Order: sequence, then structure tokens, then C-alpha cells
Amino acid sequence: MSATRDVVRPTGNARRALSANAWLVFAFFYAPIILLVIFSFNDNRFVGVWGGGSLRWYREMFANRPVLNSLQNSLIVAFASTIVSTVLGTFTALALERFRFRGRGAFDGLVYLPVIIPDVTMAVMMLLFFARASSLLYGTMGATFGLGIGTITLSHIAFNISFVAIVVRARLAGMDPSLEEAAADLYAGRWEAFRRVTLPLIMPGILGGALLALTLSLDEVVITSFVSGPGSTTLPVYVFGLVRRGVTPLINAVSTVMLMASMLLVLFSLLVQRRSQ
Amino acid sequence: MAQTTLPPRKADQLEGQAATAELEKSAERAASRRGMFMAAPGFVYLFLFFALPLLIVFVYSFANRSPTGRTILANWNLDSYQRLLDPFVVQIAWRSFVLAAGATAICLLVGYPFAYFIATRSPKVRAALLVLVMIPFWSNFLVRTYAWRMLLGSGGPVSQVTEFLGLGETRLLFTTTAVMIGLVYGYLPFMILPLYASIERVDFSLVEASRDLYASGWQAFRRVTWPLTRPGVVAGSILVFIPSFGAYVTPEILGGSRTTMLGSYIVRQFLQARDWPFGSSLSFVIMLAMLGAAFVYFRVGGKTL
Repeated sequence: MSATRDVVRPTGNARRALSANAWLVFAFFYAPIILLVIFSFNDNRFVGVWGGGSLRWYREMFANRPVLNSLQNSLIVAFASTIVSTVLGTFTALALERFRFRGRGAFDGLVYLPVIIPDVTMAVMMLLFFARASSLLYGTMGATFGLGIGTITLSHIAFNISFVAIVVRARLAGMDPSLEEAAADLYAGRWEAFRRVTLPLIMPGILGGALLALTLSLDEVVITSFVSGPGSTTLPVYVFGLVRRGVTPLINAVSTVMLMASMLLVLFSLLVQRRSQ
Repeated sequence: MAQTTLPPRKADQLEGQAATAELEKSAERAASRRGMFMAAPGFVYLFLFFALPLLIVFVYSFANRSPTGRTILANWNLDSYQRLLDPFVVQIAWRSFVLAAGATAICLLVGYPFAYFIATRSPKVRAALLVLVMIPFWSNFLVRTYAWRMLLGSGGPVSQVTEFLGLGETRLLFTTTAVMIGLVYGYLPFMILPLYASIERVDFSLVEASRDLYASGWQAFRRVTWPLTRPGVVAGSILVFIPSFGAYVTPEILGGSRTTMLGSYIVRQFLQARDWPFGSSLSFVIMLAMLGAAFVYFRVGGKTL
């Protein structure tokens, strides 16, 4: 093994170049994030100039109505879309991995599409769809619906189903099917075998998929900005609008909170994965 | 009729086989029904809220636009596809391609040695370093891009550093360089993770064998390690190229009017120009291009998502 390692790890200048590159990449990854966090505690209203530490922008953030409003919308959309897409995605994964049925190939392709499609295309699709659906509804029943939390949630479920299905399916594929057969041999009914054997085994996959869905929903900007209405945006869409107008310390504070939230989610999902191994 | 000519035993056997086959078939049908039942909720949802919208975009791309910006669903034509060949559109597409290809090349150049470095550490160090790559991978993309807007702004930290070093003030924000930095920053983890997966899987005793046969370190890499890790290279390159080519958030935050990419151009057709048929044809074509790339990705056996 140690002989192999000598061959694998270059020596001399090549070795130094490799580790220098690695540290530079880590610095490249983390320096911007760390500076962003530091500047969110800056008392100065000019972002680039340090004016002493303070929690001023965090206080301002928690007093800012639009920020709080869009944060609330974000959480509603994220949790609703995660719950629905986790259930639908798990069923989809089970169907695709455990059964042969007519139309399976086409369904398989349909499940992968939302993952591959550029978010701009999907944004356009959802906008046109809701515009058509709204005018159709008006034409037939005289009822209307506007763009808002509802349309955002429906769109998020559409891409999250695929991500959940892919994660759960990977877990199912790595599972020994003879365990289910053994349960059946021991007179477990289909439901019993599923509940007592399959479900506990794929639970880490389901949880991982749900966390992925939650993260994706909390981060999504492009599709959401297309299907959100006035006054009903999510936090990233609101921040995106602010960012386009310029850099402010308030955005730094909001960004830091969003960053911390996604880091907590990563650490949590890594823990889930580790426990399942 | 045929049965009468067969010995009784054989006939029984055949009948038994037929019955078993019949049973198997009905079990198969039952399993198929259960499969369809299980697939139904996801299928109905994706059909209604994904396949149907996609179809609508396709239909709209053949529609007309009235002078006031309304879309008229009549007099179907190919105008919006013809407009894809406008020099202006071709220029934006070419710019998107160059930026995406450049970002992919830089990511590969930096990411390969980086992934190699991680893959050749001891298992414990490897796990820790991987977590450090996963964190930016999962962190909010918008926020990470915004961080660069802050860093690159005039009088911002990057400019202060170059001034301090005597290189003078830098004004990178709203330039092609800024967009390139943003793309590399945003998608580098997409390159590193599949590369790591394929380098880690390499059977290094093959490299050892090549060294025993007097290959130099470079030759061993060029002739053994590189070919073995090529699937990871292809997978990572596609995972970086696809989102870079359709990028919208990055050029919008870090770029200026002269760095418009296809993603922003499509959005403009909907939110400002109100030219839905043209925007539809653009989105549809860009999607086909991505599907082509994704097809290659699955062909080389990429699985990292």
C-alpha cells in the first residue's frame, strides 16, 4: 500500500504545485463567504469601508417588513413543496425501481427531464402554463387565479419530485431485494413487508431527498421570479431584486442568514448520510 | 388435437406448464398494475405541471406576436425560429458558448489536480476535505454570486488589495472577467465531485505497474490515470457547461450590458420585450442543446447529480 502511495503521490515540485493548488481552491471557495459574513457586521453604510462591528443590519433586517414577509413565503413554499414532493417522489422511485409496467421507459425519461432542463426554460414553461390555465379558467368558469404562493409551490413540487425520486431510487438500487423476499417467505404481507423492511431501509434516502428538496426550494430564484406575483415573492427573489440595484450592508446580513441556513442543512444531511452507513 | 397424439404424461406436463405460464402471466399483470398504480401520482403531477407546460412552450414558439405584445395563437409560422439566425442572437449565443466553454476549461484545469489531491489523501483527511467541498456546493448560489459583486465592486476588497500591491485600482465588476469568475466560482464543485469519484476509483496498482515498466511520472499519468478518469472528466465538464450556458443569475449580477448571455436574453423576451413566441423558441432550442449534452453524460455513465 505504501509503495502504491509513493507512485500515486508525485514528489518534488509536482507535489508542491498540487498542494498549493488545493489550498488556493479552498481559499477561493471560502474567502468570499467569510468576507461577506464579516461585512454583515460592519457598522458603516458603505460596504467596502470598515466602520466598527455592530449588529445594526441584523436589527434592521428583523424590522424590515418585505424581508420578513418574503421569508415567511419562502418557508411556507419550502415546507409545502418538500412534503408533497417527498411523498410523490418516493412513490415514483418505488414504481421505477421495483416494478415493470407499460410506459415505464417514458415515465423514466419524464422524471429525469426537470433535472436536466435549464432553469430559464422551466421558468418560461411554468409562466406560459399558468397564463394559459388562468385564461382557460376565466373562459370556462369565469374564475381567475393570480401568480403567488400557490403557483410557486406547484412549480417547486414539479422539479423537486425528480430530485427526490433520483435520490430515493439510488438508495433502493443499493438495497438487497432478497430482504423483501425473505420477509415475504416469513408470511409478511405486501404492506407489512414494505412497512417493516423496505421503508426503514430506504428512510435515509427519503430523508436525504427531502433535505435536498428543502434546500433547492429555499435557494430557487429563476423559476420563482417568473411565477411569483406582486407582494408574494420568496426571500431569494426579493434579495435578487435588491442585489440588482446594488450592494448594501442589509443584503449582507440577509445573505449571511441564508448562508447559515443552507450550511446547517448540509451538515444535517451529511450527518443523516453518515448514520445510515 | 395435438394432445391426443402425445403420450399422456407429456400432455399433463404441457398442461402444467401452460397453467404455470398462465399463473406467471397473471402475476406479472398484477405487478404491472401495482407498478402503474404506484407511478400514477407522480406521473399525473409531472404530466400536468411539467410535460404540458413544455408542450405549451413548443406551441407558443410557432405563434404570432401582436404589435402591443400580446401573443396571438393563430397563423402559425416559423418566424421565431428564423430569428434565431439574426446576427445579434448568434452573437449572444456565441458569447454564451465561449463563456461556458472557458468556465468549463478553467474548472477542469483547477479541478482535476484538486480532485487528485483529495483522492490521494488518507481516508480520514479525504472525508474531511470532501465535506469542505460539499459546503459551498450546497450553499445558496445567489448569495455566493452576490459575495463576488461585493468583492469586485469599485473600491471593494479586491480593488483595495491590488491597489495595496501597487497594481492600481481594478474595475472588474460588469465585465466578462467578472462573469467568468462568477461561473467558475458557482460551478467548480460540479466539476470536482465527479472527478473525485472517478479518480478515487482508479486501481493504482496499474499506475505502479506502468512505473515498474519504466514509464516516467508524466507518462504514467498520460497513458494510465488520465484515460481511466476520462468518464469523470466528461461528466464534470458537462455538469459545468450545461448550467453555465443557460446562466441567468450570474451575468445578471456580475455582468453588464455587453455581457448578456442567452439566459438573460430569454428572460428579457418575457419580462421586457413581451415577445413570447421568440422567447419560447429560444428556450426550446436551448433545452434541446442541453438534452443533447445530457445524453452524452448518461452515455459515458455519469451518475453524480
